[in-house]
Amino acid sequence: MTIASSSPPSRLPPGAAEGARTRPGKERAGAGEHRGDGRLAAVFIAPAMLGFLVFLLWPTLRGIYLSFTDFNLLTPEKWVGLDNYVRMVNDPIFWNSLWVTVEYVVLNIGVQTVAALAIAVLLQRLTQSSVLRGIVLAPYLMSNVVAGIVWLWILDTQLGIGNEIISGLGFDRIPFLADETWAIPTIALINVWRHVGYTALLLFAGLMAIPNDMYEAAKVDGASEWRMFWRITMPLLRPVLAVVLIMTVIGSFQVFDTVAVTTDGGPANATNVLQLYIYDSAFGRFQFGYASAMSVALLVVLSAITILQYRLTRAGQTDLG
Amino acid sequence: MAAVAETTTVRPERRRPSFGRIVAWTVMAAIVLITLVPFYWILRTALSSNPGLNAQPADPLPVDLTLGGFERALGLQSAEEAVAQGGAGGGLKFWRYLLNSVLVSTLITTCQIFFSAMAAYAFARLRWRGRDTVFALFLAGLMVPTIFTLLPNFVLIKELGLVDNLLGIALPTMFMTPFAVFFLRQFFMTIPKEVEEAALLDGAGKVRIFFRVLLPMASTPVMTLAVLTYITSWNDYFWPLMVSYSDSSRVLTVALAIFRAQTPQSGIDWSGLMAATLIAALPMLVLFGFFARRIVSSISFTGLK
Repeated sequence: MTIASSSPPSRLPPGAAEGARTRPGKERAGAGEHRGDGRLAAVFIAPAMLGFLVFLLWPTLRGIYLSFTDFNLLTPEKWVGLDNYVRMVNDPIFWNSLWVTVEYVVLNIGVQTVAALAIAVLLQRLTQSSVLRGIVLAPYLMSNVVAGIVWLWILDTQLGIGNEIISGLGFDRIPFLADETWAIPTIALINVWRHVGYTALLLFAGLMAIPNDMYEAAKVDGASEWRMFWRITMPLLRPVLAVVLIMTVIGSFQVFDTVAVTTDGGPANATNVLQLYIYDSAFGRFQFGYASAMSVALLVVLSAITILQYRLTRAGQTDLG
Repeated sequence: MAAVAETTTVRPERRRPSFGRIVAWTVMAAIVLITLVPFYWILRTALSSNPGLNAQPADPLPVDLTLGGFERALGLQSAEEAVAQGGAGGGLKFWRYLLNSVLVSTLITTCQIFFSAMAAYAFARLRWRGRDTVFALFLAGLMVPTIFTLLPNFVLIKELGLVDNLLGIALPTMFMTPFAVFFLRQFFMTIPKEVEEAALLDGAGKVRIFFRVLLPMASTPVMTLAVLTYITSWNDYFWPLMVSYSDSSRVLTVALAIFRAQTPQSGIDWSGLMAATLIAALPMLVLFGFFARRIVSSISFTGLK
């Protein structure tokens, strides 16, 4: 997972911001010091540049190109113009996949953000224990595959401890992953379990950047903890929260592993998220052109959401100072 | 999250317990419980027998304490034995998959960080034409979702003849990720110019300065990045699933999903599956045991970027 912000949050080491603004002409060192830099830079950049061009830039361009072709890996691709896109627009399964994915993202991000914020604030205001921070992070060490299988077992209708407890309390057993209504919320919560600790720690880092005397001053004025949360914590955390939100939304749009090991798209396409449908079109039916067109659609959706989120949340600006 | 702490200097034992604090600690305890119970449940199930699990699904302790699940997961039982105990007969070649996972993750982490550090140094410390443009291009790469490059990358890896090969799994992330370059560049820019100037005066070349002075100074961010990269590549499933077809290149995540898909007649082999799950998760848990404090503060550190 990565975080990027074109203007990083305020608590960078002092040199970083200055360095970022340094232009070659303004550097105070003499010219002799930089003699031969160009050649050395070329050597130093070469491997990363190779990786960037071959495995990032080229596939991006190629993916866009393939989306206009009919390609099955075995025979050379054939240009078909907008055919794949026309098919996509008329494909009810595509729209269902997109809808299911959006449903998943909304649930996952909604619950995860609130829970992570709660955990981060509890960690900040309650204790400095790094053991607690470690415990909260533990599920992040498991792969999505492991997390999916474990919860598949816990939530099993017949033997799962989750359903044993539910039935012990006198309720009906819930077929969490086998029911069309429950499946997506269940998968969303499984992924919250795995990722919430990581998100909480990112927010916690943001909280640590808020100067302590702000809380002390508010205390002197008799502010309640609740009021401090809304008047100090939330406004000052906003830039970090915005970046974390952008990052988690992008990440959660790409849900695949958990679905693949728990429901595999079922029951009746109820969890057939876009990634799974793309994967299935490519490797199940060898329709690489169509799969690429859907990837382009996902790229467009993600870019639009990122730009929108960035604007709406003013992610690049800080309220501090 | 409401009325929690009384003062900001954190000395819990000195404060009288208020209602708000009790509520807050209760919530915290619930969070810890939800986090940790599944880990215990894996262990408890792995140590139970399948018939035992059917008979007493809610027993908090292992039912019919046995290592059968682990033996099946590790492929130590004969097919007949495994089927008799509720398994599918096809075990995991655990050591092979473990080795594959270790090789792939180590290769990706070592190369990616080394190459990214070199690039980051060139972006942060060297003066050359087009530097800012190239860096902006790299940064734009952060916006491309991984799924988007996976299909074309698969086609490329296939054309290179590296399908079902460990190198094929490692290649796409071996040279760089935009994040790694960005992350390390941020650090190199914080190192005072004087450090380099002093070394230059001593007659050291820039290559030497990078390897002998700057890289060692960057050991903390490098460790941070290494741990995160290792966890990410270890847990990756989608890409290895695409590229590997046989045991020779199968990594643990993929093997585990396959083990899960082999459902025997009698129903899912939960005991074996949980044993396999535990075995697959164990290396990261051990790594975490060693680096817990560092990982935790690492992520806090990343959060600031």
